[in-house]
Amino acid sequence: MESNQAPQGLMGSNDNIQRTQDPYVTGTSVVALKYKDGILMAADMGGSYGSTLRYKTVERLKPVGKHSLLGASGEISDFQEILHYLDELILYDNMWDDGNSLGPKEVHSYLTRVMYSRRNKFDPLWNSLVLGGVKNGQKYLGMVSMIGVNFEDNHVATGFGNHLARPILRDEWHENLSFEDGVKLLEKCMRVLLYRDRSAVNKLQIAKITDEGVTISQPYSLKTFWGFSAFENPTVGAEGSW
Amino acid sequence: MTKQNANWSPYDNNGGTCVAIAGADYCVIAADTRMSTGYSILTRDYSKICKLADKCVMASSGFQADVKALQKQLAARHLIYQHQHNKQVSCPAMAQLLSNTLYYKRFFPYYSFNVLGGLDNEGKGCVYTYDAVGSYERVGYSSQGSGSTLVMPFLDNQLKSPSPLLLPAQDAVTPLSESEAVDLVKTCFASATERDIYTGDKLEIVVLNQEGLHREYMELRKD
Repeated sequence: MESNQAPQGLMGSNDNIQRTQDPYVTGTSVVALKYKDGILMAADMGGSYGSTLRYKTVERLKPVGKHSLLGASGEISDFQEILHYLDELILYDNMWDDGNSLGPKEVHSYLTRVMYSRRNKFDPLWNSLVLGGVKNGQKYLGMVSMIGVNFEDNHVATGFGNHLARPILRDEWHENLSFEDGVKLLEKCMRVLLYRDRSAVNKLQIAKITDEGVTISQPYSLKTFWGFSAFENPTVGAEGSW
Repeated sequence: MTKQNANWSPYDNNGGTCVAIAGADYCVIAADTRMSTGYSILTRDYSKICKLADKCVMASSGFQADVKALQKQLAARHLIYQHQHNKQVSCPAMAQLLSNTLYYKRFFPYYSFNVLGGLDNEGKGCVYTYDAVGSYERVGYSSQGSGSTLVMPFLDNQLKSPSPLLLPAQDAVTPLSESEAVDLVKTCFASATERDIYTGDKLEIVVLNQEGLHREYMELRKD
């Protein structure tokens, strides 16, 4: 961002200016849903470097202020930059010392403006963000993409989650899910992603946010089942193959 | 470093269809509530309709982030207008403002396809239709968005606007009653939903008349 100096036309070819990137270290899906007391959000702890699962303890769920929780997929360094912006935002909010605090809707709006503004400069933050929170009993769950597309809904997911988790959530989500049911539903989604998304790792965190505050679980892994007879005896019926 | 080609596009099409029909003393503005990206549905419950002023409602489809930014711009400009003129902006005035705002970004456009609907200074229904860079025209009815190619011919058939070549200029507003126009809109969307993958889920209809603003919803196919 600091190296964006002279304003360029749409197709400027000044080599010093950093624009349009390829993502390097990336996180995969984030899945979130509204439940009775607030929001539940889940993400694994993988940071992939292309096709290598390079980092396995990346925290992709972070609290923001008193009322919000941010989950990010995409470029991890851009996520860290966003956290830096948010730190400043929350700091200034606290410095007013007026009893008011930024709610999830406001933080989501801020993030949308940041992402859109970077897209306008052709230098996007390569993330899909999930912002969830509760303020004064009002639950809020929204998503922003790297080009600024944003919406709120009862359940959201980024990346592969959109294809694999959303259909499950559309089928099984309902109002006033209990905490246990919410976690079970999220784990079901994360398990499918674990089986089918090659950038997924079996080490995840689930975060919950309610009016009382944010709790992010310790990392844990899901039970998986590989005991299918076809796996156990793969060459039955085709001797010599593998 | 050799020049790279962009591996991302600043635009996306989030789909959806918008329709507006002007009547003698009312205006109907409608849009579906589906938001898509590629072959995925992002959400089934997203409003594309924005009330800009008491007598002026805009429906927009296209790239949602640009649509949002455009709505924010216009709402902010309207606030300034109210401070300066101590009244709400009229629909024809807002129509001009929208055109200018779109053309302002002629060389990095708002990917937003708009229909503006409302009541003109005489209380008659008016509809303005736009392209992405601000070219606009007052008409009796219009549709924009992914299903517009399906809806527009149907509206042409049903509402049979008199030719704009006639002199003296004849009113393009429909003689239909308010409820007939609303039914027509529902039919448009039921049909568009069948064949356009980006249209569906739910229909939001806003009716503007002397009494004010009335909103209703209708379920559409979710496939």
